[in-house]
Amino acid sequence: MAAAGRSRLGAPMYSKELTSKKRDEFEDILEERRQSSDLRYAMKCYTPVIYKGLPPCKPSAIKNSVLHSEQVQYVIKQLSKETGESADIIQEEATEILDEMGHNLHIGAIRFFAFSLSKIFKRLFQRVCVNEEGIQKLQQAIQEHPVVLLPSHRSYIDFLMLSYLLYTYDLSLPVIAAGMDFLGMKIVGELLRRSGAFFMRRTFGGNRLYWAVFAEYVKTMLRNGYAPIEFFLEGTRSRTAKTLTPKFGLLSIVMEPFFKGEVFDTYLVPISISYERILEESLYAYELLGVPKPKESTSGLLKARKILSDNFGSIHVYFGQPVSLRTLASGRINRCPYNLVPRHLPQRLSEDIQEFVIDVAYRMELLQIENLVLSPWILVASILLQNLPAIDFELLVEKTLWLKGLTQAFGGFLEWPENLCANKAVTSSLAPHSNIVSLVNGQVVLNDKGTKDVTTEELIFKQALSILMCGAYRNQLLNVFVRPSLVAVALQMMQSFRKEEIYNYFNFLRDIFSDEFIFFPGIALKDFEEGCFLLTKCDVIQMTPQEILVTEKGSSVASFLAAMFRPFMEGYQIICRYLSKETKEAFTEKQFIPGIRNFAFQLLETGSTQCYEVLSSDLQKNALAAFVRLDVVKKVKITNGFTYTVNKEALSKTAEMLHSPVPIRKPMTARL
Amino acid sequence: MAAAEAAGGSPGTGSQPAAQRRLRILSGHLRGSPASRAPEAAQLLSLSRCGARGAAERPVPGSIPKKRQEILKWNGWGYNDSKFIFNKKGQAEFTGKRYRLSGMVLPVLKEWMEKTLGASLEHRIICRTSLNSSDVPPSIVNEEFLQDLRATEISYSQDAEDRVFRAHGHCLHEIFVLREGMFKRVPDIVVWPDCHEDVVKIVELACKHNLCIIPFGGGTSVSSALECPADERRTIVSLDTSQMNRILWIDERNLTAHIEAGIIGQDLEKQLGESGYCTGHEPDSMEFSSLGGWVATRASGMKKNIYGNIEDLVVHIKMVTPRGVIEKSCQVPRMSTGPDIHHFIMGSEGILGVVTEVTIKIRPIPEYQKYGSVVFSNFERGVACLREIAKQRCAPASIRLVDNAQFQFGHALKPQVASIFTSFLDGLKKFYITKFKGFDPNELCVATLLFEGDREKVLQHEKQVYDIAAKFGGLAAGEDNGQRGYMLTFVIAYLRDLGLDYYLIGESFETSVPWDRVLDLCRNVKERIVRECKEKGVQFAPFSTCRVTQTYDAGACVYFYFAFNYRGISDPIHVYEQIEIAAREEILANGGSLSHHHGVGKLRKQWMKESISDVGLGMLKSVKEYVDPNNIFGNRNLL
Repeated sequence: MAAAGRSRLGAPMYSKELTSKKRDEFEDILEERRQSSDLRYAMKCYTPVIYKGLPPCKPSAIKNSVLHSEQVQYVIKQLSKETGESADIIQEEATEILDEMGHNLHIGAIRFFAFSLSKIFKRLFQRVCVNEEGIQKLQQAIQEHPVVLLPSHRSYIDFLMLSYLLYTYDLSLPVIAAGMDFLGMKIVGELLRRSGAFFMRRTFGGNRLYWAVFAEYVKTMLRNGYAPIEFFLEGTRSRTAKTLTPKFGLLSIVMEPFFKGEVFDTYLVPISISYERILEESLYAYELLGVPKPKESTSGLLKARKILSDNFGSIHVYFGQPVSLRTLASGRINRCPYNLVPRHLPQRLSEDIQEFVIDVAYRMELLQIENLVLSPWILVASILLQNLPAIDFELLVEKTLWLKGLTQAFGGFLEWPENLCANKAVTSSLAPHSNIVSLVNGQVVLNDKGTKDVTTEELIFKQALSILMCGAYRNQLLNVFVRPSLVAVALQMMQSFRKEEIYNYFNFLRDIFSDEFIFFPGIALKDFEEGCFLLTKCDVIQMTPQEILVTEKGSSVASFLAAMFRPFMEGYQIICRYLSKETKEAFTEKQFIPGIRNFAFQLLETGSTQCYEVLSSDLQKNALAAFVRLDVVKKVKITNGFTYTVNKEALSKTAEMLHSPVPIRKPMTARL
Repeated sequence: MAAAEAAGGSPGTGSQPAAQRRLRILSGHLRGSPASRAPEAAQLLSLSRCGARGAAERPVPGSIPKKRQEILKWNGWGYNDSKFIFNKKGQAEFTGKRYRLSGMVLPVLKEWMEKTLGASLEHRIICRTSLNSSDVPPSIVNEEFLQDLRATEISYSQDAEDRVFRAHGHCLHEIFVLREGMFKRVPDIVVWPDCHEDVVKIVELACKHNLCIIPFGGGTSVSSALECPADERRTIVSLDTSQMNRILWIDERNLTAHIEAGIIGQDLEKQLGESGYCTGHEPDSMEFSSLGGWVATRASGMKKNIYGNIEDLVVHIKMVTPRGVIEKSCQVPRMSTGPDIHHFIMGSEGILGVVTEVTIKIRPIPEYQKYGSVVFSNFERGVACLREIAKQRCAPASIRLVDNAQFQFGHALKPQVASIFTSFLDGLKKFYITKFKGFDPNELCVATLLFEGDREKVLQHEKQVYDIAAKFGGLAAGEDNGQRGYMLTFVIAYLRDLGLDYYLIGESFETSVPWDRVLDLCRNVKERIVRECKEKGVQFAPFSTCRVTQTYDAGACVYFYFAFNYRGISDPIHVYEQIEIAAREEILANGGSLSHHHGVGKLRKQWMKESISDVGLGMLKSVKEYVDPNNIFGNRNLL
């Protein structure tokens, strides 16, 4: 795995080092479901392979061993000492937490799910495609070592689908760490629990007992190899379909048994789930625009039944190569410090370990991104967004074909329907998205349904809604394109050929956008080289030792790439302007979001910007986080939350960098 | 060269019985006379020997002669007459008369070797049968030193065989070199001091002539401690302590004995036994290893639960260093006089000087001994049981727990049963355990026990231990199984030599670990070995197994056996060493120690710093610097 000469072990491999990216073939599992009885399928003999011949263990026994583990007992005693509360009462509390959390694997519930999900999936989706080789590798891995499944998270369907697939392939159902809001869904919540999901509160940083019980629960499952653990590195469903920056808490928990020598190894399995059309697409768009998200409830789900009549296209699930944690840690982590403290005592992670956890999280997300399937529709959406409000169909087809080539050159995992002419491919890709686009008189138009008798405000809102929905598809392309595109943006902004200046600006962009896109920490130069390499490969640029020159025919590609990221450039610029006008001494996030939203609305109303995406709360939050990181905004903790204050000087500098940077001629320090 | 040896005077055959008689009389005196007279008698004995060199007075001959090659293998473990062979019927057999297993046929060993390690009798390595003296690096000794040495009348030899015999211990790579190559560097000269004063003279001469001394006791090192540094330019003197093998006195009042450090375990126990005493220190190597060697490596004995490890047994040590002689002024059970200087000596692995005399605790020989064994359904339960026994501090003299692979291995070494009745009984036992009790034959494991003491107390103790075992589902499995378990530890070293003839290489290594990590460490280390073998291209899955051999209040000692079939691998020793390093790293990562009792030598030096910290290593270095500034004791172990 490890390639030499890397600044940080475990950094991702880029195309330069890869001779050829080989990916497995897909198999449509719904095909068989459409031909044979769902009932028989649900009642099939289910005997999953298990970890080294481990006999199945009742959930109650697991709960018991968690409750009486040294770890949990230690925390109970500590809390009892500190609060003066009797240990029995705290123990009681722990039991309640466990009950609330504990999963209850029940074969009846699984069969019920298997049956009803078959029905639902067949209604919703045309195809559910899985790489069977990946399944085989997973099967192998489950028998060898404890397994952690790390799927991408775009929809509630994700974990239903995964459990469904594992059942189909006769693999152990995973134990899922899922958000507590499912508990609100009464019947479904219980069913989910019985089929293996267990629940964690969204936030429990302050509750030591909860953390102890939860961590021990996960580790017990893992240590004994009862079942694969499944959780989402992204922490929550990505509303924008862009991969979210990873969360590290759960990942560090599942790594701990390895660090402490309690297991020989742990396999991390990145899983990429891609949807041709995301079930929650409009919900997400509303949410991003600040219309509150409906709380998950069973009745809500039932109302969602009307979507059953809709066409949601295909799903692709790609099980990545299981990654051995031992291999990742080899030569990097010294596990000996763990020998000096009893293993049941909670320990702060050392800096080395923290850095390692972060690297692994990013690496896993990059592996997910690598295997996310890109459908033709994603290309169409990307092109359409640069040609609003409409584009000629013929031209669209032509451009889509061109973008197809570029995407493949950049290593994107494109599923282009075989034996289908481009015309038909584009037409059929439009079909599931009739709610966003329509074909009118040979023109493909972003939907403007219900334009009658509305205020400009509503008009802007509607427009924003369509653009955000459409943007969610373009976004799936961004992480594949981000390195070459940021080079293209840098070239455009700097109006310079000097490699050093381009790199400096690239670095600035990579830094400011590091909450928007996934960059492996600490390898800016490598990212830059990767971007340049891909552009050179496509004849967009030519490199000399000192300079980067855009070729004649490359300029259109470069400007397309730059335009792809313009919403982010412009969005951040607008937020800068807003912040510079912000007069308040200190503001909270709750004040910031509506503030910027109103500001953006005004700009859109007056037509002084066309950047609808600045309305997205996701972009707004990311920008705020980036400005905090760059010390443009100072974040101060107060009793219930945080306040922010603007550093005007730093802000104007950053704004200038985003607007029209002046090349800074530093002496050549680093040789590029 | 052989003539040179005669300078020291070869033991006159006629004088031997006389010497023995004298010692018997003396020890009879010691036993009968009031203890206050003992030191006097001892002094007398000591004077009569070293003072009257060349006279008829000779030390008691040890079990191992000066010419070790006369009865010991030159390229393998143990006695020439004892070895595993495949007889004409193709069945394994253990030759000789020395052990319980000697002369017996082991009908299932061959099948075990084939099944577990993929060995085949058709693929045999024929290796040379004797040492080729011309291969041995020449002895380079300067004449002035030789003259000085002759003047002391200390026996010495420059014979190639003698020198090679003292150039190695019993690490796998050392035996491999003996069979297929030659060491780059061997001692230039072997000297046999007869007593403490002789050692003082030799060390003085070495300082005068700037030579390198490597002390040699029993030659059973498994840490490359005896290997000569290849780049050592000075003359290397192998100081063989084997002739310093007398019990100088026995003090019955205080239950101590003052003994010369060259005595080997079996002789020590035999001779003490004549007086009704024992030390109870029984490392697996006790047939060959020496008292001085135990001190120098911090040895541990099988029965340490009753008698303690070497550090618990030793009361007084005398060591000759280039700075002079180090010893305490009294022989007391404990003292508070700053850091204990004994702890600089114990574990010093020959880098500071030569241990010449030791006062060691003795005990009356126990009235009653009883073996026992317990079967557990799996290793986890076995470990839990041992932990409980340690917690209740009621461990028998010895308690060991072997894992399933080693249990099956033990079965492979079962001799042909004498009668149908025994085999019927065996079958019945097996049926009871596997079918009736539902133990999985591929999971179960066995603890072997040894009780010692008063008959009544032993029986009481036995009951207590079996009661605890029962709580963990342990079933008593008979004395026979227990006894065979212990017997095997003495013959197992012979088995490696057989394996080497059939492309099988194996080694053992050990560690100590806190109780809570025992299971994790055992599992992870075994798995690591399997994985490393696979990665290194070993074709057949290795034999990777462990046993818990000692219990303590705070942890246990774990012993690993590891063997693999190296057919198809061009450089098996290199592969083997890489795997051993990986296994050691796994041990350290899992909270195990660098060594429980084998020592560091040169084999494990690379991990010393991380094991005892920079400052710790610096402390040891500064001691070495003071005691031996010119690195006379230059075997380069430890630091």
